[in-house]
Amino acid sequence: MSAIAIVMLLISIVTVWGGLVLALLNLRHHPEAEEPELPAREL
Amino acid sequence: MSNSRAANRPASAGPSPERETWSSRKVFIIAAIGSAVGLGNIWRFPYIAYENGGGAFIVPYLVALLSAGIPLLFLDYAVGHKFLGSAPLAFRRLHPRAEALGWWQVAICFVIAIYYAVIVAWAGSYTVFSVTKEWGDDPAGFFSSEFLQVSEEITIGFDFVPGVLLPLLLVWIFTLFVLAKGVHKGIARSSLIFLPLLLVMFLVLVVQSLLLPGAGTGLDALFTPNWAALGDTSVWIAAYGQIFFSLSVAFGIMITYASYLKKKTDLTGSGFVVGFANSGFEILAGIGVFAALGFMATASGTGVDEVATSGIGLAFIAFPAIISQAPAGALLGVLFFGSLVFAGFTSLISIVEVIIAAVKDKMGYGRVKATMVVGLPMALISLLLFPTTTGLNLLDVSDAFVNSFGIVAVAFVAVVMLAYVFRVLPQLSDHVNLTSSFKLGTAWRVMVSIIAPIVLGFMLITELISKAQEGYGEMPTWFVGVFGWGMSVALIAVAFLLSLIPWSARSAAENPSEEAPLANWKETE
Repeated sequence: MSAIAIVMLLISIVTVWGGLVLALLNLRHHPEAEEPELPAREL
Repeated sequence: MSNSRAANRPASAGPSPERETWSSRKVFIIAAIGSAVGLGNIWRFPYIAYENGGGAFIVPYLVALLSAGIPLLFLDYAVGHKFLGSAPLAFRRLHPRAEALGWWQVAICFVIAIYYAVIVAWAGSYTVFSVTKEWGDDPAGFFSSEFLQVSEEITIGFDFVPGVLLPLLLVWIFTLFVLAKGVHKGIARSSLIFLPLLLVMFLVLVVQSLLLPGAGTGLDALFTPNWAALGDTSVWIAAYGQIFFSLSVAFGIMITYASYLKKKTDLTGSGFVVGFANSGFEILAGIGVFAALGFMATASGTGVDEVATSGIGLAFIAFPAIISQAPAGALLGVLFFGSLVFAGFTSLISIVEVIIAAVKDKMGYGRVKATMVVGLPMALISLLLFPTTTGLNLLDVSDAFVNSFGIVAVAFVAVVMLAYVFRVLPQLSDHVNLTSSFKLGTAWRVMVSIIAPIVLGFMLITELISKAQEGYGEMPTWFVGVFGWGMSVALIAVAFLLSLIPWSARSAAENPSEEAPLANWKETE
């Protein structure tokens, strides 16, 4: 593989999978809220 | 049809008073990724990237993901989650005149599902064929002459091919079985099994492909950037098109799936995970597919440009050739076609669910009844039209037209209506911001109301001009007229007719526990 192809391969992986990692970290920092199992109008 | 109000019906009759829900945010995310990751990720992305700038394609691709794909995903989530309904019900609650938009999406899903199931069935057969390399030394001839027994005549016929009919029947039985089980026990459980399995199988496939001689040549071809391509409008449109088709946005799936979410769900946080996971899988598929194509080119002493292809040609002709020549080819074949089956199943289930949810909401049917009322006729039509000697051309035309004049058209009309006719973007972003970690503001509204309509409108007009002037492939005019143009127009007519049918008194629209969701919630927070 040429150097530029390797660089673009790495950039593609880092941006897209890096984006996924950031998205997962963001979600982890905002844990799911506990909700009572009640019908909507009773909230 | 009973005229009694929902509250008066006997407990044993009619639907459950409460809407089905995902058990957790994680389950929703996995099901949504399962829906988004489909055949297009594996067989469309690699070639689109290769053809449109190679390594440089990552630039328009990321721009398209962030400026249109994810914003439209948020729009679908907002509509589904705010109005708690299948596409027709959610749009009806958004505005009474918007219901037909939802039915248009339902009609599109109907057409897609009846041929998508066929490709899943082919992939299932090829998973088995891989073990013995059934195609011998002529994969192309085997696919069209022996497996599909494609007729010379382009028409509709009922000359059935048992080798396709039986697997297709199994695909429908399994799909309807999963859907009859419901959101939690059916869709969620199947996604929790299939998605991890798909990921593991595909990772093994990528590693095996990378170890093949010539893999580097393939990756060189895919990732060497052609920066000049970035000045070409068609490359940018290709990037937006890939993101748009791959994410399963704007044809009802994500509205339906988001309607099963609990109230306090981080919609944007979840959407970012789904969007990036879908793209992450595409990059993985690009690596796996082009490493294998590099091997094929090296083995046959040609350039990668000679062997690179996409879609049915890549999966059912190029890959069998690779499987025949590669060391441990049978394993490669089982992994590749097995991945297509698993990726296809989770997507097919989500497509059919759009229709089931719509009928369930409108008629007030229970889950099993709605699945049977929708699923049995669909399976029958799919089984009558496609596993025949003439099914391939019908599949080809249906796919081309439902994508261009179904999905793109409904997406364009929907964003224009929501942004400029019903003017609901501020309410939708307010709703999303109530529960989400990433807040939607002016930038999101600009992307949805300006960038998305421009790109979608451009795609629609370009396709319209090209198909009107050049026809489609080598197909006769009457065939394209009926099953291409005619079908596309019929989808809209059917949508209007379905929106005119009154809602059953037992329907979800009449269920007071589901009306005006979150209407008073802000005040209680």
